Amino acid sequence: MSKQESTVNINTSSKDMDIEQIVSDAIRYAKNKGADHIEVSARNDKGYSVSSRLGDIETLEHHNQRALGVTVYRGKAKGSADSNDMRSSAIEDIIDAALSMASFTAEDESAGLADAELMATNYPELELDRPWQLEPDQALKIAMQCEDIARDDERIVNSEGASVSTIRSESIYANSHDFLGHYASTRHSISCSVVAADEKGMQRDYWYSVARDAQALDAVDSIGLKARERTLRRLNARSLSTREVPVLFEPNIARSIFGHFFSAINGAALYRDASFLPDSLGQNIFPDWLSISEDPYIKTALASSPFDAEGVRTQARDIVSNGVLEGYILSSYSARKLGMTTTGNSGGVHNIRLPESQYTQDDLIKQMGSGVLLTELIGNGVNPVTGDYSRGAAGFWVENGEIQYPVQEITIAGNLKEMFQRIAAVGNDIDTCGGIHCGSMLMDQMTIAGSVD
Amino acid sequence: MESIDIARAQLLSPTGLVDEDLNRALSTILGGAVDAADLYFQSQVREAWSLDDGIVKDASYSRQRGVGVRAISGEKTGFAYSDDIEMSALLDSARAARTIAKVSNSIVMPSQHIQTGHQLYLQDSPFTVLDEHQKMDLLRQADEIARQADPRVKQVVVSLVGMHEVILIARSDGLLAADVRPLVRFNISVIAEQNGRREQGSMGGGGRFDYNQFIQENSIETFAKEAVRQALVNLEAKDAPAGKMTVVLGPGWPGVLLHEAVGHGLEGDFNRKETSAFSGRIGERVASAGVTVVDDGTLKNRRGSLNLDDEGTPTQCTTLIEDGVLRGYMQDRLNAQLSGTVSTGNGRRESYAHLPMPRMTNTYMLAGEHAPEDIIASVEHGFYAVNFGGGQVDITSGKFVFSASEAYMIENGKITYPVKGATLIGDGPDVLTRVSMIGNDLQLDSGIGTCGKEGQSVPVGVGQPTLKVDGITVGGTQA
Repeated sequence: MSKQESTVNINTSSKDMDIEQIVSDAIRYAKNKGADHIEVSARNDKGYSVSSRLGDIETLEHHNQRALGVTVYRGKAKGSADSNDMRSSAIEDIIDAALSMASFTAEDESAGLADAELMATNYPELELDRPWQLEPDQALKIAMQCEDIARDDERIVNSEGASVSTIRSESIYANSHDFLGHYASTRHSISCSVVAADEKGMQRDYWYSVARDAQALDAVDSIGLKARERTLRRLNARSLSTREVPVLFEPNIARSIFGHFFSAINGAALYRDASFLPDSLGQNIFPDWLSISEDPYIKTALASSPFDAEGVRTQARDIVSNGVLEGYILSSYSARKLGMTTTGNSGGVHNIRLPESQYTQDDLIKQMGSGVLLTELIGNGVNPVTGDYSRGAAGFWVENGEIQYPVQEITIAGNLKEMFQRIAAVGNDIDTCGGIHCGSMLMDQMTIAGSVD
Repeated sequence: MESIDIARAQLLSPTGLVDEDLNRALSTILGGAVDAADLYFQSQVREAWSLDDGIVKDASYSRQRGVGVRAISGEKTGFAYSDDIEMSALLDSARAARTIAKVSNSIVMPSQHIQTGHQLYLQDSPFTVLDEHQKMDLLRQADEIARQADPRVKQVVVSLVGMHEVILIARSDGLLAADVRPLVRFNISVIAEQNGRREQGSMGGGGRFDYNQFIQENSIETFAKEAVRQALVNLEAKDAPAGKMTVVLGPGWPGVLLHEAVGHGLEGDFNRKETSAFSGRIGERVASAGVTVVDDGTLKNRRGSLNLDDEGTPTQCTTLIEDGVLRGYMQDRLNAQLSGTVSTGNGRRESYAHLPMPRMTNTYMLAGEHAPEDIIASVEHGFYAVNFGGGQVDITSGKFVFSASEAYMIENGKITYPVKGATLIGDGPDVLTRVSMIGNDLQLDSGIGTCGKEGQSVPVGVGQPTLKVDGITVGGTQA
């Protein structure tokens, strides 16, 4: 193939390249080369992160990452390719490679672009692009301040440092339905991790805040304080003897339980019969009081998106109403496999919300009575086919509604299908640092294993 | 052809760069408080094929290239990268990286010397040895073998991935080094169904060799039958026990125990910063007599092996624990220097866009003297785990987990019935002191491991003989 034939004229400079032009040129090139359909997504992330450790700068990393991916269809056969090289010759090479692959892959009736009428032709301004006018030396000061607060206790003997990061991403998706969606979004974060020690050994914990708008980040001092308190409270932790008790998940880990639910109702798992929740539409998955909704249009939220990874208009909807599953998580491919319509979730779920609650975490601790307040989960002992669940954990032993002492080296186990039914309450301490907005969650029983005889 | 010539041709020549340009970029960083700098050029081509529902549905091809520029000043690191490999971008990145330290003046670079590495694997692309029809055949063959192995097999997903990478490292001490790295992987996972119950099994393998080796070693059939066997065993599995008990770990991949329990805790960065539960413990007993654990990047064709690491240091076999005593840490250049020692060839990075840090290569325990059947026979009541998913560790508290995916109960010295997967949890500095029998059957894993640390993934290997550990907490549901 001659690279010179192409009419593509791409600015090869790393600055200010016209990403829309590159994408349109790629589509035209693929169609000329025999693609029946094509979709292109491109991304450019720019920003930096700076970290301090023990009161001095540790790293300053400048980020400027580009990626362009194409999927081409020859009839119903598909090939994909991606590259970080935005020169026209490189993009033509990967399109050629994708086309070549599509001549070997099998025809698949369900394959193809999402239907043209589902494209997000107009969408609301979601205020996702909130650049932070912050120079690296100012960012360093914030990191150092955060770490100073976190270290302000003699039992804090060491630090893994604090970091401040700011990234702006330009995302574009276009396909041969003449759809082209383009938006920018920002993501800023402050995090801190410190180490405490006593005669029993060392403990580490951390805290962080992440938001699209720097104004929405937690106060620097509060992040440092929380990192310090979370670390100190773990000192002198012990294991437990094996038992069956209620558990209370803190918000940042309660989220993962709902994450397993969304994986189980994802079309990709369902059409393969690889989910522990097959044929679950209309079934009671959760207790009656629990409803789950999705809202892609919350301004400045982290999981807001005007269209999904296939250009499909996203939708606000109820996924679970009064415990009953109302809808799956589908892309156009998995939807066709299941004889359904895409839910605009190619690429994942958007801002998930749980029922409002009047309970604080303290209320839930009292409600639990005796059990374990879980603050950390480690490992990945989750079987997506059976729902069998077994993970390492750390937290606090609670008795008569009062925290007694920190625990570690324990596991929690159960089966997700049963665990979902055993959710007894959720709290009002909603954590929005992720796609699933979730407070503390009380589960009325799990098996705890520990090393104490 | 020498790796260095391949690297120059692929990474520098296309935009007319020559060695002197690299020196020029490095010398703009040096001076003042900057102690050292390096450039890391990388180009990577990757292809992946996958079969699902009986047809080859997805195929992808990926091309990545770029250069990362690092400036080091004491414990401080400045880093920038570019996906354009050309002079102006290189100088931009150099200027951005050096802002970490005050630069007073440029200095002259020492004269260049070329560091050659081992020759542990082939240089040619590992995936062009088969044509596309042959690749499709491999995938379909695995699908057919799995489905014919047992009528209870309902779903089969097969994937074949090949990667070919060229790297070039230029350092401010004048070192110039290159490596050409192949990496392939084959994987099959199946779901079997019986009386409405569904269970999965999966198996795979790979390493730094080409696709032909899968054919020569008849791996496809072995992997497919093994995945089916695991799924069928799990169809019969009862609930797993909960509590502390004697655990026997099978050989090979269960060595993920070592990776989590001691490996991460012995990485040089955590020990230099004294945040590891193993910090300051060199020379102390951390395991039973007879336990020797090494990290060996020099094994031929292994997934975790490298001719030289991502800082240009040839890999080596580093003894971590010798006869139960802690002997050494794994180091990259930065942490070695700050700790007053030398790199052990463990400086690795996910890509040009990531900073290097101390990482494992192939981590394993040497064989002992016991026959595996004698180890099982010695257990009155215990848990026998032969296959695992992954694991994780908190290096500061030392608590680690790894999750069994195929396990059995042992009663009165006999394997009785299969139990469901469960997470095992223990304390890194303690667990190896509980090793009471070491098998004579050392095996390395089949080439499937990927290690994640601070958001960076690198391929690694693990291995061990059959091991008996007196007391690990098993996280099942049966209290």
